[in-house]
Amino acid sequence: MARYIFKRLLLMIPVILGISLLVFTMMDMSPGDPAQIILGIKATPEALADLRAQMGLDQPFWTRYLSFLTNALRGDFGSSWRTNLPVLQEIMERLPNTIRLALGAMFLMVLVGIPVGILSAVKQYSLLDNLTLTGALIFSSMPAFWLGTLLILLFALKLSWLPTMGDGSFAGYILPWVTLAASSLATLVRMTRSSMLEVIRADYIKMARAKGANERQVIFRHALRNALLPIVTIVGMNFASLLGGTVIIETVFTLNGLGSLAITSVRQLDVPMVMAEVLFIALTTSAVNLIVDVLYVYIDPRLKSQYVKARKART
Amino acid sequence: MKNASTNAASEGNGYKKRSQLGSVCRRFAKSRTAMAGLLILALLVLIAACCPLFLNYTQDVVGQNIRQRLQPPCLAHPFGTDQYGRDVLARVLWGTRISLSASLVIITAATVFGALFGALSAYYGGRVDNLIMRVMDVFYALPFNLMAICIVASLGNGIFNLGLACVIGVIPGFTRVFRAAILPIRNQEYIEAARACNTTDWRILTKHILPNALGPIIVQATLNLAITILAIAGLSFIGLGIQAPTPEWGAMLSEGREQMRNYPYLVIFPGLAIMVSAMSLNLIGDGLRDALDPKLKN
Repeated sequence: MARYIFKRLLLMIPVILGISLLVFTMMDMSPGDPAQIILGIKATPEALADLRAQMGLDQPFWTRYLSFLTNALRGDFGSSWRTNLPVLQEIMERLPNTIRLALGAMFLMVLVGIPVGILSAVKQYSLLDNLTLTGALIFSSMPAFWLGTLLILLFALKLSWLPTMGDGSFAGYILPWVTLAASSLATLVRMTRSSMLEVIRADYIKMARAKGANERQVIFRHALRNALLPIVTIVGMNFASLLGGTVIIETVFTLNGLGSLAITSVRQLDVPMVMAEVLFIALTTSAVNLIVDVLYVYIDPRLKSQYVKARKART
Repeated sequence: MKNASTNAASEGNGYKKRSQLGSVCRRFAKSRTAMAGLLILALLVLIAACCPLFLNYTQDVVGQNIRQRLQPPCLAHPFGTDQYGRDVLARVLWGTRISLSASLVIITAATVFGALFGALSAYYGGRVDNLIMRVMDVFYALPFNLMAICIVASLGNGIFNLGLACVIGVIPGFTRVFRAAILPIRNQEYIEAARACNTTDWRILTKHILPNALGPIIVQATLNLAITILAIAGLSFIGLGIQAPTPEWGAMLSEGREQMRNYPYLVIFPGLAIMVSAMSLNLIGDGLRDALDPKLKN
């Protein structure tokens, strides 16, 4: 197992290098001039040239990229060109907002999505099942930013129950959580339902019933454990994308998370900030994917034998 | 001759010969939800195609008329008018043209490239496979919105760059699905037979492999049409991509948000349009998936 994790960690290196090169190139291709953006349109050519030299913009592309990489490896991501503050400081300031948003939405999604999916599968073709499927269809076709806007319209502007924008309070997070959870809920409910349906007809479920296990035991101990793999995949994927910041939802609710930071820094060509953020997001995504893959083994012990076999075959 | 005799034989047995396409269509037509989706989509395509017949773009869609501004829904303006006095219904209808055509072009391009990369990767395997899939991994590890923002920042705003960002964002997922669909076909006996007949790789790929992997490709493309409609609207909503005064649904919604406290219809109707079109495509995609699934044949 440790060997597998090590191998996966090694495989992350080229992907992250590739992403950093890709984004660095894209930012470099941008028609805007960062020095001009900082100094404004009235800046003299001399001042522009000075600042460009100071920022290292007069160096060739590869020199800049390599110096970025070597500094990043030492944990130094430089300071933002926009605010002059250290990049990591700003990311760390925004991170709690994003984590709060992601955890709350995830919690809500799992709390509603999995039980509804299970119920829908257990009572297939019932009224509840049909309602669930219709709901899932509607939510998966509904743009999240529209749902968020409608929720603001109803609960904040018309009923005045909740604030229109994230003010850091618990109430300010309710609408963003509901919006984010609803948009990923549809996939989770469908996946839970279909995964449970596949399992529920298996012989070992019949066996469990035959030996007199009660319905609750059959569903939770025998069926759900075997249906859990695809569910965990979906939850993991959603969590990774939530941690990367949800640009559009943060715009709707004016939340200061990583997503809104990304869009401002890209627009202002704040290269150090964009690069640090992209690397952070790529690392979190890969790490969450790895954790999900490792979790598989604990959920489904059958997979463990595969790892062991693979190792035996190699040695 | 051989064909004629088999046909005669099958007729003699009272057995009707059915083409695969025919049976897929029949199964698709049996699903009421899928047919409803198809009907809605047909209506939307009709609206998109006929818009210019009864609407004048410069006058009705982008032409401002301050005297008529912010009128609530009424007989003359069933969806009301916006802050520049433009009829919201006319703009929503015209938006169908933009969203449908843009997403169709994006998905066609992504399908062509995805099929090409997926086929090359699966057919040649080894180093080619490794190279293509590792490049796709890089694109896959970056969230779609972030990638789209970077692309639009480096190339500039505009419908073409937005389209390009979407195509690049969709290709990795397509490549993975198509590769997985093609992999099991590669080792089939009829491919070996074709190779034994000295058929060129290109011909094997286009004549023998791709047509047999068409099912997953079509399903993936249809479901992604819906996702692309949502993505275009989302990116225009945050100000990337299609800009005002072009009547794109996401951009209209973002404009309407400023006035939504008093004029909620400004955000309701464009959003409904996005939802209805995405839903019709989702229904069709689900129907196609079930119709093409051999497990659900009977």
